Amino acid sequence: MNCLWCHEAIILDVNWLNILIPSVPRNLCDTCASNLEKINGKRCRKCSRIANIEVCEDCTKWEKYYQGYDVLEFNYSIFQYNEHIKKIIAKWKYRGDYELGNIFNETFKQEFVKKFSHLKNAVVVPIPLSRERLEERCFNQAEMLADFLQIPKVDILTRVHGEKQSKKTRQERIISKNPFSIQQNLNKYAILVDDIYTTGTTLRHAAKLLQMNGCPRVFSYTLVRG
Amino acid sequence: MSPPNNIPYIPSRLDSKVLYEYAGKLLLAKELPLNTPLLQENFTKIPSIKRTLFYQECLRCGNRQSHLFGKIPCAGCNKIHSYCRNCIEMGRVLECEPLYYWIGKEPIWPVFDSPLTWRGTLSKYQLEASKRIVQAVNRLEKELLIWAVCGSGKTEMLFHGIEAGLKQGKRICIATPRADVVRELKPRVQAAFQEVPVQALFAGSDERAGSAPVIIATTHQLLRYVKTFDIMIIDEVDAFPYHHDSTLLFAVNRAKKEKSTTIYLTATPRKNLQMKVAFHRLPHIFVPVRYHGKPLPVPKLRLCFSLKKDLKQNQIPEILKEWLTLRANPNRQVLIFVPTISLANAFAEKHEEFQQLGFISITSVHSEDPLRIEKINQFRSREIDLLVTTTILERGVTFPSVDVIIVDAGHTVFDEAALVQIAGRAGRSSADPTGEVIFLHDGKTEAMASAVRSIEMMNRRGGF
Repeated sequence: MNCLWCHEAIILDVNWLNILIPSVPRNLCDTCASNLEKINGKRCRKCSRIANIEVCEDCTKWEKYYQGYDVLEFNYSIFQYNEHIKKIIAKWKYRGDYELGNIFNETFKQEFVKKFSHLKNAVVVPIPLSRERLEERCFNQAEMLADFLQIPKVDILTRVHGEKQSKKTRQERIISKNPFSIQQNLNKYAILVDDIYTTGTTLRHAAKLLQMNGCPRVFSYTLVRG
Repeated sequence: MSPPNNIPYIPSRLDSKVLYEYAGKLLLAKELPLNTPLLQENFTKIPSIKRTLFYQECLRCGNRQSHLFGKIPCAGCNKIHSYCRNCIEMGRVLECEPLYYWIGKEPIWPVFDSPLTWRGTLSKYQLEASKRIVQAVNRLEKELLIWAVCGSGKTEMLFHGIEAGLKQGKRICIATPRADVVRELKPRVQAAFQEVPVQALFAGSDERAGSAPVIIATTHQLLRYVKTFDIMIIDEVDAFPYHHDSTLLFAVNRAKKEKSTTIYLTATPRKNLQMKVAFHRLPHIFVPVRYHGKPLPVPKLRLCFSLKKDLKQNQIPEILKEWLTLRANPNRQVLIFVPTISLANAFAEKHEEFQQLGFISITSVHSEDPLRIEKINQFRSREIDLLVTTTILERGVTFPSVDVIIVDAGHTVFDEAALVQIAGRAGRSSADPTGEVIFLHDGKTEAMASAVRSIEMMNRRGGF
């Protein structure tokens, strides 16, 4: 097995444990794996940002924006945004190196069980790409992440083509028009899945739409807290 | 001249600008502009990934390693198929999309009567090598190796050869594995040929067209060219990752024409080239003397028993401190080479210890450092007096007056070529043609011994 990121061969140390129980094959070498930083310690209850207060400033603002009823229950993210993960995400998403998504497979599953398994009858809703963007990239990274999870996935959202979110400023993002539309109603809990939570606008646009179409509670599960 | 939306854009014939830009290229569908049927007539489609019984091959980069192919459930064709992960930085090669291969006529490249505006002079040895290159270009020789010691002024030797090529309307490419070197070469070559369009191609450069008669490119960029160049100059043939990565060799060989001249430039040819030279299979010329005419500094080996222990604890070895205080010429800046990035950072954090030894500003630089260009420039302008670096500064950079020490010279990253190149960083200016080179080790390796041997051999051949 070669490391998915640096292509070096991964050589396992032989010890009694893995002689007796074959270890799970890893797809990232130790050095590359150590560059991924998980979010540990105190974080904002609502958006997973590392913070010492319970609800961070931005989330309070969102609360106010929706007059106390934030459409998004909470967001849970796994990794901190650092240079390394930025490079991986860029190559995965923008260069289109599909296999790199598998780096997150195990972690994404494990953390999901920890955080969301108490929700019964929930479905995952990946954040869609516009048709044009999908043609350009050939795959949707959010969909790939959603496919790792063991619970039903529904593709009921569609997205209108617009400028890339990552090219806009924070203000532009927040006041931007809702780019999504919805095909049918949903009367189950929804867990939105995306690769990165930056300002939370995209996820809230989607959450708003789901809520208006019958969804009782909307959560989001993202890989990185930007 | 943008076409209206629904009417296809049909130019009467390809204008020369477009022709120069696309001739001789191998492109992805995404790299060819839409609405240009005439341009597309000049290209033929070839499959992008070839499957045989035992392997797949990416026809753009020649990759055959199975772990460098990925599977993608493609939304374009609704099938799961392969894509190449090896050359993905140059745009993704998907199995369901063909490659576009230029089959049109070759454009006539401009002939320059006197393109060389450089008015410098060459030393005796440089002149000899320069004449030999001109001869190789004029006689359409297939290959020529320029084996020139570090700091002998390789770029200047090339100018007359490039001039000879331009006078015959040939297309010239200077390829080098490192983007930093491309960045440094471009202004020098452009200054020497002020009338000639020169383009630099590397990841992140703003010149993308690649339509000039003289192209300076990283070897990766050559993956977009097929049988295009009459003269291929490969700078630092032996540099990492070139001698490891078969892709780059593949790219270079495909980018040159069947009848072309390839010129290899290096200070430290690897075994395979040396063997070819020894068996007279590869014509070569040896430049044994630096442009200032002084011998190369010969490295001294210093044994340090506590080296492994010190490095494990990220401590500065005592012998290194002692050497830093007892240097013959304390005015020189110091370059400390270390084997790993983490060690470079750990050393640079020990400001206080170095400050006690009389250094004011200390920093580290490595390949993943976003500020590396700025730091190198600061070191060059003497704003930094001690720089801890990994092997990224082993070649292609010139600092006027430095002492060099390699910490843990026995590490595998320091092979013979790397050691010779690093030793070649010292004494490069005529104002200060010497410099100390120390290999700090805890056990002499074959690489160290042969590096010293080959430096002594080069000095001997230079008549010292």
